[in-house]
Amino acid sequence: MNAPTPNIFAATPLARKKQRREQLARAVFFTMALLLVVPLVLIVTYLVVQAWPVLSWEFLTTNPKRGMRAGGIWSALLGTFYLVGFSLLVAAPIGILAAVYLNEYAKDNWFTRIVNLAVINLAAVPSIVHALFGLGAFVIFFGLGKSILAASLTLAIMTMPVIIASTKEALAAVPQSFREACWNVGATRWQTIRHVVLPNSISGILTGVILQVSRAAGETAPIMFTGAVFFKAIEEGNLFAYGLRDQCMALSMHLFTISTQVPDVPHGLPFATAVVLLGTVLFINALAIILRVWLRSRKKW
Amino acid sequence: MNHFSITTRDLNLWYAKFQALKNVTVNIPQGKITGLIGPSGCGKTTLLRCFNRINERFGYVTTTGEITVLGQNILAPDVSLIELRKHVGMVFQRPNPLPISIYENVVFGLRIHSERRDLRKSELDDAVEKALREVLLWDDLKDRLQHRATGLQLEQQQKLCIARLLPLKPQIILMDEPCSALDTAGTLGIEELMRALAGHYTIVIVTHNMGQARRVSDECVFMLMGEVVEHAKTTDLFLTPKDPRTADYIEGRYG
Ligand SMILES: Nc1ncnc2c1ncn2[C@@H]1O[C@H](COP(=O)(O)OP(=O)(O)O)[C@@H](O)[C@H]1O
Ligand SMILES: [Mg+2]
Repeated sequence: MNAPTPNIFAATPLARKKQRREQLARAVFFTMALLLVVPLVLIVTYLVVQAWPVLSWEFLTTNPKRGMRAGGIWSALLGTFYLVGFSLLVAAPIGILAAVYLNEYAKDNWFTRIVNLAVINLAAVPSIVHALFGLGAFVIFFGLGKSILAASLTLAIMTMPVIIASTKEALAAVPQSFREACWNVGATRWQTIRHVVLPNSISGILTGVILQVSRAAGETAPIMFTGAVFFKAIEEGNLFAYGLRDQCMALSMHLFTISTQVPDVPHGLPFATAVVLLGTVLFINALAIILRVWLRSRKKW
Repeated sequence: MNHFSITTRDLNLWYAKFQALKNVTVNIPQGKITGLIGPSGCGKTTLLRCFNRINERFGYVTTTGEITVLGQNILAPDVSLIELRKHVGMVFQRPNPLPISIYENVVFGLRIHSERRDLRKSELDDAVEKALREVLLWDDLKDRLQHRATGLQLEQQQKLCIARLLPLKPQIILMDEPCSALDTAGTLGIEELMRALAGHYTIVIVTHNMGQARRVSDECVFMLMGEVVEHAKTTDLFLTPKDPRTADYIEGRYG
């Protein structure tokens, strides 16, 4: 092989053209990804910069003062934790177990298909409709009054369909062969679910649930009619300052109030409130991610 | 030089820290069927995938040494992977027809490698007929060209996967355990096809089936733990293996 032979695998003009198109496609996808990230970074940076002078530990742990023009956000922060916590406490078990039934037990007939369709459609119902339902059902019909309980239940109704849908997806991603292997050693369905299906889908299930935390924390409409108030002072520093039948403040609504309803609010206050709301959600998400990484590290496939 | 389609010299390959190929030097003769045999995990698939550089899609793979395909060093910087894969086709363990019609499966490569305006219907029709005749499917499928390819029997699917390579006029066809998903009749069908294709194409086949290696291959390469232990004419390798480890393996004592 002394004489240099022509490279038969050299790029032909067409191959070069394809390569150029490839680069173009790549650039377009990259730009889109960038367009997604840049505004996000800008928004968060802007918020934090504006909020910085106001943010402090004291801001988190004192009630709003002087018609919400001063002071902190303690009662709203705690209220949000109550609302999100109780709504999840209701929505997650029901949603997950219902999804297990629908995915693992239910036969594929017209009835389950209608149920599945209904779940998907419920997930798409606007939150203001849930708000009206919550007002009619929990506040008035069940006589819970405007309270944390009624508002949490309303949030639970709102988040449940999405939890069901995402859990079902996570369950369906577990290979059927795992189930068959289990059945073929004589395991019951419940044993199969308990030992094989759930351990292998738990990280997907958690993701679905956690996404609903952010949604529950951010919604204003459903709680406005069913349990949240504009202002309420509670004992500072006491984590149990709210009772379930009390009304409460919430970060999302507080943000709405001080940015649109109250005149002469100091510039930094709404921004600081927004950052705390964002931070709370990020904090919970971070916890969930850590939990997920830990669970996944135990997964063997 | 020209009677070897593929030659490697001191080929080493690492998956991250794990060395999967060690100083592999082989010469694959042109127009013949070469079998790659050896126990699971010895690096047969890895070696096969070096020949069209498909291993590189994992970012953590490092390759050293030389791989020459059709007289060209394919690790050279001016080698276009697009062109390389056109010349070196691959058939996989599980038949993987695309979920489109039989016809479209066969012309898929042509569509990928040509401008739309350069393809005429009659040319495509001819290419389909020629490719399907070559893989002995034409008589069975000529009335069903618009049916979905995924509905075929596994043997037909695998033959279709071979037919899908042919319109691009590859010189080399790599097969990674092409029969392991098929029953006995299907296996014999594919073997018959391989014998028919040999001569026109250089075929490299990975197989776990010693009977198959004996039946179809002209030469055999026995690998163990990433190294080539023995490379000989198939009849010699099976009748008078030079290395005791080869003898152990082909007599089924391990692997
Ligand atoms: N993508 C990969 N990443 C890391 N290690 C791999 C990868 N593919 C194969 N290996 C390892 O390389 C060795 C050779 O694998 P392979 O070529 O698939 O063997 P064979 O086809 O002979 O059974 C095995 O030990 C396998 O675990
Ligand atoms: Mg293999």
